[in-house]
Amino acid sequence: MTAVPDIEFRGVTKRYGSVTAVSGIDLAIPPSAFVALLGPSGCGKTTCLRMIGGFEQPSEGAVFIRGRDMAGTPPYRRPVNMVFQQYALFPHLDVEDNIAYGLRQARPRLSSREISLRAGEALAMVRLAGYGRRKIHELSGGQQQRVALARALVNKPAVLLLDEPLAALDKKLRTDMQIELQNLQREIGITFVLVTHDQEEALSMSDFVCVMNGGRIVQLGQPSEIYDEPADLFVADFVGKTNLLSGKVAGHSGDLVEVALADGTVIAARKRTSLRQDEAVAVSLRPEALSLGAPGSGRLNGIVRNRIFLGSTAEYAIEVGGIGTLLAKADHLIGGRNLFKPGEPVAIGFTSGTPLAFPDPKNNGTNQRENKHVEIIS
Amino acid sequence: MRRNVLRHNLLTALLLGPATAWLVVFLVLPFVAIAVFSVGERAPEGGYQAAFTLTQYANLPARATAFWNTMVLAPAGALACLLVAYPVAYYLALRAPERWRLILLALVVIPFWTSLLMRTYAWMYVLGGRGIPALLAYVGFDDVRLINTPGAVLLGIVYGYLPLMILPIYVSLERLDRRLLEASADLGATPISTFLGVTLRLSLPGVMTGFSLVMILLLGEYLIPTLLGGGKVFFIGNALVDLFLQSRNWPFGSAIAITLVLVSVVVLLVANRISTRLSGARRVDLI
Repeated sequence: MTAVPDIEFRGVTKRYGSVTAVSGIDLAIPPSAFVALLGPSGCGKTTCLRMIGGFEQPSEGAVFIRGRDMAGTPPYRRPVNMVFQQYALFPHLDVEDNIAYGLRQARPRLSSREISLRAGEALAMVRLAGYGRRKIHELSGGQQQRVALARALVNKPAVLLLDEPLAALDKKLRTDMQIELQNLQREIGITFVLVTHDQEEALSMSDFVCVMNGGRIVQLGQPSEIYDEPADLFVADFVGKTNLLSGKVAGHSGDLVEVALADGTVIAARKRTSLRQDEAVAVSLRPEALSLGAPGSGRLNGIVRNRIFLGSTAEYAIEVGGIGTLLAKADHLIGGRNLFKPGEPVAIGFTSGTPLAFPDPKNNGTNQRENKHVEIIS
Repeated sequence: MRRNVLRHNLLTALLLGPATAWLVVFLVLPFVAIAVFSVGERAPEGGYQAAFTLTQYANLPARATAFWNTMVLAPAGALACLLVAYPVAYYLALRAPERWRLILLALVVIPFWTSLLMRTYAWMYVLGGRGIPALLAYVGFDDVRLINTPGAVLLGIVYGYLPLMILPIYVSLERLDRRLLEASADLGATPISTFLGVTLRLSLPGVMTGFSLVMILLLGEYLIPTLLGGGKVFFIGNALVDLFLQSRNWPFGSAIAITLVLVSVVVLLVANRISTRLSGARRVDLI
């Protein structure tokens, strides 16, 4: 708690004309953390990153790096380095000169021996030893990505900023780079701040996830907290797949709230805020929290519409009368019992945890909620 | 298959035909004629008389002054043009507000709509006795001579060829990926280092294009030295007009013309080489 945060936002607001991109953000990033700024496009996450880098100035509030107010400090005097989206490598320089670019700017000047030594180390660190004299356009996307990383890290920044660094890579390479980035962060021990719109990437790589929406931070926590205990409907919907069932508050029992779903079924759910009687709510049920069984054995009855085979698991789209289509994930290898075919009637039970209920302003009580994941399936 | 290939070839020939014919009649044939003239002799009454001799080339030093003036003023003019054009192109491409950009670009090009002859005549009056020197005399600087000096020719050159230099530089700066400038700043480079290390380096193809374009046109320049340089600043272009139209020494004029073409080619090749080396694979857009 006493350690000075590597990055601190104090009441930071950023406006472009009449548009507010970031509004009143307070955030402290502890040293040696891997933090992801996660959110849909336009949520202000990139603006936050650019304010750390010095490419944008806050309209209000201040950004601190290691306890120093950065107001008026240009990008070239900040102890941070950025890995840009699509890398922004210098096309007229070869790999080694790209990496040495930052070292050559250092004052007092570094000796050319030291520059080439450190550039060589950086190349080796990203497993590109021997590629120093290659031209940038001769490298694959993954290699360019690693050059961009080396070019930033060679300057030994206090904080490394990553702007959607994996967006341009294919899925396989992306997974490899996620592991590589995580390892690098642990090895070097400096703070990484990653901006991404990909919730899977944020959850899998970082120690902390900062979920943003509409220029504000909606939740800050460890990946498992974000996933299991979403702060509001937006986070529940944005992070991971979930089923959102519309209903009305039918009563309270202790800490739990009883929700009457559209078909009359009443289920117990946890709540984040106090809910009024008859208030419109959405109940979030993760696909893996649903279990499938023989008709009559569960809480809801439905008919299998689609099955998506995923290797070790399978996802089912199940149509439940009066409620809509639910997504359920089942470990289909267990005794083969969880193999259901399209058209088959099934019962849905709730296995793990208690579902969460959120106030749902968009729900007028009768209409069922659109389920975006199911649209993709059918 | 074969018929398709035939038809394809025929179509290609049809499409290329007019341009090829044009080039052969108006470029290749005249060039051959000039090459043949250049090894001939002057007919006693003027014009050309068949022969094979290199005396015309041996005579080139007789026009050394014209060559010298051209070889000094053409690169100097192109360089002066560049120094004026680069800041303008930089402002247009990187600093000008988006909605003004097109208007400002149009302002650069609009003077082209009036003939260079007219505009150079205008400069004659501005620089002549009743122009700026008269104004200077009014405030006490007597006897300032501007017209018919190398400086006047240089000024005319910069004025006349500025758009040709601005446009290619503008294009290369406009194409510049702005994130490279941010990356450079992020890596600790001051604005000046960023300009020298990234902006200038990556705009070199445009610079070389503009420079060679202006330089080559200047090598054959005739109008500006005639009007603004009087009889004193003699370019190769003026020497050629003189030889072909006044003294009717076609073979000597041809030898000078051929030499000029060779010099132009060398200039282009060197410019191309420099630009290729400095900025990676990109070549001068002119060739």
